[in-house]
Amino acid sequence: MKLHEYQAKERLAAAGVPVQSGLVAEKVSQIPSILKKLGRGPWVVKAQILSGGRGKAGGIEIVKTPRRAVEAAGRMLGKSLVTAQTGPAGLFVHRVLVCKAVDIEREIYAAVVMDRRAGRPALVVSAGGGVDVETLAAASPEKVLKIAFDPFRGLDRFQARRAALFAGLTGELCVPAVEAFLGLSQTFLSSDALLVEVNPLSVVKGNRLMAVDAKMVVDDNAAFRQKDLFAEGDESCLAPSERRAHKKGLSYIPLDGSIGCLVNGAGLAMATMDLLLLHGGRPSDFLDVGGGAHVDQVTEAFRILLTDKKVKAILVNIFGGIMKGDVIAQGLLDAVKKSGLDRPLVVRLEGNRAEEGRRLLNEAGLRIVAAADLADAAEKVVAASKGNP
Amino acid sequence: MSILVDKDTKVLVQGITGEAGSYHAKGCRDYGTRIVGGVTPGKGGSFVDGIPVFDTVREAVEKTGADATLVFVPPPFAADAILEAADSEVRLIVAVTEGIPVLDMARVKAVLRSSHSILIGPNCPGLITPGDEGRPGCKVGILPGSIHRPGRIGVVSRSGTLTYEAVWQLTRRGVGQSTVVGIGGDPVKGLGLTEVLALFEKDSGTDAVLLIGEIGGADEEEAADFFRTRMTKPLFAFVAGRTAPEGKRMGHAGAIVEGGGKGSGAWKEKRDALAAAGVKVIESAAEIGEAVLRGLKSV
Repeated sequence: MKLHEYQAKERLAAAGVPVQSGLVAEKVSQIPSILKKLGRGPWVVKAQILSGGRGKAGGIEIVKTPRRAVEAAGRMLGKSLVTAQTGPAGLFVHRVLVCKAVDIEREIYAAVVMDRRAGRPALVVSAGGGVDVETLAAASPEKVLKIAFDPFRGLDRFQARRAALFAGLTGELCVPAVEAFLGLSQTFLSSDALLVEVNPLSVVKGNRLMAVDAKMVVDDNAAFRQKDLFAEGDESCLAPSERRAHKKGLSYIPLDGSIGCLVNGAGLAMATMDLLLLHGGRPSDFLDVGGGAHVDQVTEAFRILLTDKKVKAILVNIFGGIMKGDVIAQGLLDAVKKSGLDRPLVVRLEGNRAEEGRRLLNEAGLRIVAAADLADAAEKVVAASKGNP
Repeated sequence: MSILVDKDTKVLVQGITGEAGSYHAKGCRDYGTRIVGGVTPGKGGSFVDGIPVFDTVREAVEKTGADATLVFVPPPFAADAILEAADSEVRLIVAVTEGIPVLDMARVKAVLRSSHSILIGPNCPGLITPGDEGRPGCKVGILPGSIHRPGRIGVVSRSGTLTYEAVWQLTRRGVGQSTVVGIGGDPVKGLGLTEVLALFEKDSGTDAVLLIGEIGGADEEEAADFFRTRMTKPLFAFVAGRTAPEGKRMGHAGAIVEGGGKGSGAWKEKRDALAAAGVKVIESAAEIGEAVLRGLKSV
């Protein structure tokens, strides 16, 4: 789960990281009193959406007068903001964060990530802030420092010092930088984060450090012990169909093709999508009903595909390991009966009790095309999606 | 021969009184695995289908001599269950549980560095050394036993049902397996692809290996490197996720393409790394069995 900038900054501030002071507004009418509390301008008005690219898309404005601040908030609140990263529909802006503008002298990149290769968290810093660190790391690896640290103890002080010196935070900036990096580590561990990123961590006028922007991703698997964080979670970056799928415990990601895929298991689901591409089709989704899906999950998965207008044909690919073929077939028939079937459906059942399942489907007298194997299934559904049954 | 498990492996099931634990304990036993006990705190002294249940792993190991354990404990307590098994010096720990927080796994890995236990998973289907009437096999996991047959191809995979698909394609063509290992779909886990390849390379019962990878991380790139520098047996590979968009978790917690550059975990990087190393890369999931069969004939 992604956190908003303002949520990430709250967590970081609580861990002792200096953040640019700001307040959140949900209505334009709140702006004047927020400006009073913040003190003299100029200020920055920042749209709170769970996506990047805000600056270039009009989602961040520097304003010098209260009137301009109100206007800027009015342009953002209650509307969708389209950035290079949101997709054409954009994301709805429910809140803006209003901050006191700062004079930035230098920008640093700092983040804590889960380093998969090391199997440990790692602090990543670079003296060049405001950059795309992956691009930088690929082009000039010597400009990025990564320090893996102990997942129980957190970042050690000497490691934080090394990072500070690497990022050019020397002299009187060294101790505040060490404290800030330790705060990042603490936030990462205490929030079950997968990513805590401060980009930029800025040196502002008066030689002070300040987190000007912040991003956090929290581990969905830790929802059971991060109840507060998940209670204020925002699913607005998900499509309505994605939210419905998540409620039913389905793994669903809409894509832009025309063939609906319903598969058990993530690896097989991906392999099925890839196979469609090889046969000249494109998947409309990734939809994994899991290894031990229930009938109502299959029904819901079906409904999601049928409500998607892009879907011209549907491919169900199930390899019954734990799931029994006849149970799946019955679930499919129930789902088809409930939602009606107005598009071609190709079913490929294999594995445990697959034959019994295929028999059930054939005897139902519905327009379901049974596929002999994986290649046959792909061929048939691609043909059907192009109107050649 | 085989790797990691064989007919003599004595297996515990942690979380045996749960629905999945009891179902698969029986499934493994029916396959021929020596399931010698179960562990559920507070249920010591009881039995599940004739299998004795203990309160602690330590007691279970002392009373049964178990050297492997299969973990079905729910996510909030799963890391602790793995640590308990490592503390009792169980040689092989197979964690099926899906949904363990990544930080818990990072902590488990930190502890396992100073232990002799080998971890497989979490979020994995387990492993199987197939058997038949003449040769008893061993299944430690949730893989459907019936699709396997004994033979000389090693299989290592980050997936569950895609592994079954691949194995079934092999079996139908008469290509048997030495051992099939599902290492799981999490970003921080026990054995990686490369470590399992190293075991197959050393195993006298394995002639060639099939690797099933997917997007996310750099396991496949490391495996390519290992193949190029250290492996003599033929390696076939399929990588899932060619059509996966960037920045989305594709069902498995570890299946995500992050960023566009090198090390993003994208399909093309993995495919190219494997192909450049001389691995026989299979591009269609429908042709895995056929490609392996053809490849074996040409070796």
